[in-house]
Amino acid sequence: MLYLELFLTFFKIGLFTIGGGYAMIPLIQQEMLTKGWILQQDLIDFIGISESTPGPFAINIATFVGMKTSGLLGAVISTFGVVLPSFIIILLIAKFFMNFQDNFYVRGALTGLRPTVVGLVAAAAISVFITNFIPLSIPLPQLFSQMDYLGIVIFVIVAVVYFKKNLHPIKLILLSAGLGIVFYGISEYVVSSGLLGMFTSKGV
Amino acid sequence: MMVDECQQAKYNRIERMVEMEKHEKRSRFKQLFFTFLRIGAFTFGGGYAMIPLIQREIVETHHWLTDSEMFDMFAIAESTPGVIAVNSATFVGYRVAGFWGAAIATFAVVLPSFVIISIISLFIMEFKSLKIISYAFMGIRAGVVVLILGAVKKLSKENAKTWFNILLTVLAALITLLTDISSIYLLLCAMVIGILYMCFMRQKQGKGGAQ
Repeated sequence: MLYLELFLTFFKIGLFTIGGGYAMIPLIQQEMLTKGWILQQDLIDFIGISESTPGPFAINIATFVGMKTSGLLGAVISTFGVVLPSFIIILLIAKFFMNFQDNFYVRGALTGLRPTVVGLVAAAAISVFITNFIPLSIPLPQLFSQMDYLGIVIFVIVAVVYFKKNLHPIKLILLSAGLGIVFYGISEYVVSSGLLGMFTSKGV
Repeated sequence: MMVDECQQAKYNRIERMVEMEKHEKRSRFKQLFFTFLRIGAFTFGGGYAMIPLIQREIVETHHWLTDSEMFDMFAIAESTPGVIAVNSATFVGYRVAGFWGAAIATFAVVLPSFVIISIISLFIMEFKSLKIISYAFMGIRAGVVVLILGAVKKLSKENAKTWFNILLTVLAALITLLTDISSIYLLLCAMVIGILYMCFMRQKQGKGGAQ
């Protein structure tokens, strides 16, 4: 019975996920918490983990909750449930889109959609940059000391290489992972070994 | 005797063609599977970051869609339920090899995250405390922003630089950043505005033609 409930819940979540994954977090949260499938703290932790593993959030949370509540079969059923609505809808669109692609109203709708999608993606770039590197919840005086400068340096390096060399996106991900290990690893080492303290006290 | 041989040769040829078609279909399935497996494995941080990767694989490597068709696909994917990764897989899979193409591509794009999350869910605490992994992911977060910017660049190149396009792009970005209005309402408004704009243009053209 739990299997059926998992399937129906994630089918519903899949059906109402429109415009990217994060819009659905409140819906997921409500469904998961009222059913008692996952604790609030676990959910917050999982959002962080999902951020740092491949795959869209919707699919990751389906797999995770399915696995937690009823093992591998639960994970399969939840994941299948969350994918199914869009699979069916897109299949229908792909099948019939060719027939009314040149329809006046479809072209009109796409004329409006195309620039709007660019705007949405641009907004996502800006807000992801801010949430990653600039903790806006902190008041201004301390803000500058709390910003993730190493992250911004990595961002600049990767951006220059990517746009100059037309780097393959997979290589870009590998490059930024490598830079992350080197930069954050060194900074952690410097801080923990007290080298920084020695350096500053000598300087003074 | 001659007729028989002729018939036999014809029959062989048809058999070979059927065999070749089968083979081609199988190789297309294989290409779809591995392409979307790769896309699924390297999609970090939500859907937008994968636009450059999808574009590279679908348009530049395999020529399954043109840039313009891909843009239409993203516009559709945005305004229908589901995440971009899955919607693109279903759409492209169907275009390349019908229903089973769609099923295979969708399965492939989901598979990497399914496997990874299944494993992680078994030892979630250990995963969080692995320092080197967390450093790598802090780096990847920076890379993801670059990829999303890349998506903006690629997509805006496909849009003509008209006042209509620029205005709509800037408005959509500002509204998304500054208000809590759900993107689905923006997309619905955009469709209506687009249709009205086309009506307006057609009327203007109609008048121009009459003169």
